[in-house]
Amino acid sequence: MDGLLFLTFAAIAVGCAINLVLQTHPISSALSLVGVMGSLAVLYLLLGGEFIAAVQLIVYAGAIMVLFIFVIMLLNAGAEKRPTRRVVALWVSLPLLFTLIALAALLIESQAPRTEVVRFGGFSGGSALAVGRALFTSYLLPFEITSILILIAILGAVVLARKEI
Amino acid sequence: MPNDFPIPLPAPAVPLAWYLILSAILFTLGVAGFLFRRNIITVFMSIELMLNAVNLTFVTFSYRLKQVDGHIFSFFVMVVAAAEAAVGLAIILTVFKNRSTLEIDEVSSMRL
Repeated sequence: MDGLLFLTFAAIAVGCAINLVLQTHPISSALSLVGVMGSLAVLYLLLGGEFIAAVQLIVYAGAIMVLFIFVIMLLNAGAEKRPTRRVVALWVSLPLLFTLIALAALLIESQAPRTEVVRFGGFSGGSALAVGRALFTSYLLPFEITSILILIAILGAVVLARKEI
Repeated sequence: MPNDFPIPLPAPAVPLAWYLILSAILFTLGVAGFLFRRNIITVFMSIELMLNAVNLTFVTFSYRLKQVDGHIFSFFVMVVAAAEAAVGLAIILTVFKNRSTLEIDEVSSMRL
């Protein structure tokens, strides 16, 4: 069951990621990215990260992607124009891409022993209780600094969205 | 976690390396999208894909080390991604207002 769930949602994630790169229209790319994020949330659940799976769905697939789609709609972004000189670059870079992935997979396989497996329920410390406790004790200072970061982001967005820039 | 089922379920467990390989694949696809795409919004979405791939690695190693720290890190990555999306999309709006284009090749006035 574990393996089936992993393979299903890993395949969905990779397929959606490929679709994201290949689609020319930004709305199609955005919907593919939502698919990647949703399947990653399921994988987080398999790894025992209940809280982070919920946050992934609410913040990433919800808030951030709505912002993206809102901007795409606002700018009325259409499909990309296809330049002609891309063909050579594509044929050079695709084998390089596969080589890079294969090398990374080989490296990971050689470093991580096959005996290390992931079982659903093997780690139950990812609940909201455990994450909240860590966040408000040992990670309190980074958490507070994060609030300053968000404040700066809000100010930056407001300044950039003014009329006279 | 104790097994509550009377019959032990035969669980074909997934190797830890598969999660890391999936993360590597997603990251590489994000890099490819970042390099190939011309639309500035799609480039931005490729960056989000890379951040997601890194998050998967964090959560995987959190499982491996049986510690919650990886989840905290990926939580912070999400916060940074949210801030980045807000500012980045505001920048995209401003660029579009001034140049009336979303093609990154046409926004090259900072290039020598």
